[in-house]
Amino acid sequence: MISIEIRYFATLRRNGLKKEVLSFKDGISVSKVLSEILIEEKDVAILLVNGIKVSFDKELKDGDIVALFPPVGGG
Amino acid sequence: MNGYNGKMLRVDLKAKTIKTEALNEDLAKKYIGGRGLGTKIMMDEVDPQVDALSPENKLLIVTGPMTGNPVATGGRYMVVTKSPLSGTIASSNSGGKWGAELKFAGYDVIIFEDKSDEPVYLSIEDDKVELLSAEDLWGTTVSVTTKKLQEKHVKGSKVLTIGPAGENLSKIAAILNDEDRAAGRSGVGAVMGSKNLKAIVVKGSGKPKVFDDEKLKETNKAQLSKIKENGVTGQGLPTYGTAVLVNILNELGTLPTNNFQLSQFGKAEDISGEALAEKYLIKNTACYRCPIACGRYVKMEAGEGGGPEYETLWAFGADCGINDLRSVIEANYWCNEMGLDTISTGSTIAAAIELKQKGYIKEDELDGLKLEFGNSTDIMEWTKRMGYRQGLGNKMAEGSYRLTEGYGVPELSMTVKKLEIPAYDPRGIQGQGLQYATTNRGGCHVRGYLISPEILGLPEQLDRFATEGKETWVKIFQDLTAVIDSMGVCLFTSFALGAADYADMCNAIIGSDHTADSILEAGDRIWNLEKMFNLKAGIDSSQDTLPHRLLDDPIAEGPSKGWVTKLDEMLPKYYKVRGWSPEGIPTEEKLKSLGL
Ligand code: SF4
Repeated sequence: MISIEIRYFATLRRNGLKKEVLSFKDGISVSKVLSEILIEEKDVAILLVNGIKVSFDKELKDGDIVALFPPVGGG
Repeated sequence: MNGYNGKMLRVDLKAKTIKTEALNEDLAKKYIGGRGLGTKIMMDEVDPQVDALSPENKLLIVTGPMTGNPVATGGRYMVVTKSPLSGTIASSNSGGKWGAELKFAGYDVIIFEDKSDEPVYLSIEDDKVELLSAEDLWGTTVSVTTKKLQEKHVKGSKVLTIGPAGENLSKIAAILNDEDRAAGRSGVGAVMGSKNLKAIVVKGSGKPKVFDDEKLKETNKAQLSKIKENGVTGQGLPTYGTAVLVNILNELGTLPTNNFQLSQFGKAEDISGEALAEKYLIKNTACYRCPIACGRYVKMEAGEGGGPEYETLWAFGADCGINDLRSVIEANYWCNEMGLDTISTGSTIAAAIELKQKGYIKEDELDGLKLEFGNSTDIMEWTKRMGYRQGLGNKMAEGSYRLTEGYGVPELSMTVKKLEIPAYDPRGIQGQGLQYATTNRGGCHVRGYLISPEILGLPEQLDRFATEGKETWVKIFQDLTAVIDSMGVCLFTSFALGAADYADMCNAIIGSDHTADSILEAGDRIWNLEKMFNLKAGIDSSQDTLPHRLLDDPIAEGPSKGWVTKLDEMLPKYYKVRGWSPEGIPTEEKLKSLGL
């Protein structure tokens, strides 16, 4: 098992939850993680693993930090 | 004329004469309005080498053909002049409702010339235009001036004004309208102050003509649905405003912290859009005809008012190492009251803190106030002192470049062409670095918002660390933005709309025959004209660069660790796609092809 920290931002914060550390099986993809935490891919506009943009099929390793943002913008 | 009123006001502040002149239709169409038309008038009427705070400089208020017309966000105006901060062409735009009101009163442009001997303000009520005494307004803050003038003039009058900072010729002074919307950058407020012009009150009862109402209905319908369906304009900006960027930039390791000494702020969450929404937000607000409504309206014990934007949360927050959101909101409030640019003010305080940290500013210069990263106790007081030019605030009112230069270390000023760089560390966002370095008015993010493709993935995702191809992206973004700024609509529409949409808007309102290509060509023309103004002002391309820290000191930690901005790789290619010489000068052929 690996532990992954998931950080939620903006409208993806449900009940005010900002982050949590969860355990998953080795080599799990972001896609699978999202389906386990009941977030749809279409609601995630910016996906970062350890501060780097990745695609949903990215496989995770122990200690990774996943940050999830809905569509946001500004200037 | 359609779209435009076809009329300009020329106000000689010395002679106290006010003339109405016809707007040159050909020039209006060629340079569109706002930023483009204003730059053309400056080029024709003002020697670019004048001292920006002398009577020879002119202050232009220029609307666009969309301003006051029924299109999404069509309420913006542009202040165009020579900048006392950078010495470059300055054009600062603002939303709110004031710009549309000027169009309703029947004018497209106001040109202020010379300087009044005593404080005055301009009152416009349709055809009745007069200069009135501002003796009793001089020295008052923005909200006080606004309220006094609204009490005195007809109901529904809109007020544009400077605060004490503009009067005191702070080189980072802004012009405010509708109390909390700002033409913030480049020190335009000081130019207004140098002319002893305190305010412009306007009330209009007309409306400009539209070329094709039916076509406009169709265009509006299509564009409104694009704006609604787009994740950023339909959901992100309305819900969280620009402030939501704090956490994203921090997660990427590109949130400049402690005057860009660091690129990640451990306490970013405390000053984030999410925290602002949870603790202080009452509602969102919108400028004229804006379906996006990104404005924040906040409440604290002290009162209610416009809340901080992302840039402001960063400038007074992370850049000063401060995580006390309340102090940041209060500093934002005092910038608006003093009439100071929030980006330059926060960034100058951050530079002052570093000067103190490194021993250049001595304890006895502080009058007992705190000047430390992470210490919010006195940031409000420093802001006021900058507005009133008191104590060390007098030096700080000159902006961070002149402040740090005075201590012999200008490299501690995080500026391009003496204009403070905003809230994105370009070491981890290469295209944005090229854009900062080449922008005609200096360190500015809204002259080509490369954050959109490099961070937000719009219109497509680019690799933020790659330099390849960025020169073309920067050029296209800069050119398109020049047109948007000239039309009188909000740049934020460009998250959802493209060049062809802006062409459709122009064609329906003005009756032009623009295509996506001709829109971009118009932007290229405006960009080159601005560059020519700068070259004539003596600002050559050696100033197309970044502070040493961003070019030579790699980011020390976090997801962008090890990166500097690779400007050397990008700049020659950029000059090439612009059709400029390797020295960064527009070639004869280039200027000719643009009709310049
Ligand atoms: S998006 Fe924001 S800044 Fe732009 S017009 Fe709308 S409310 Fe004003």
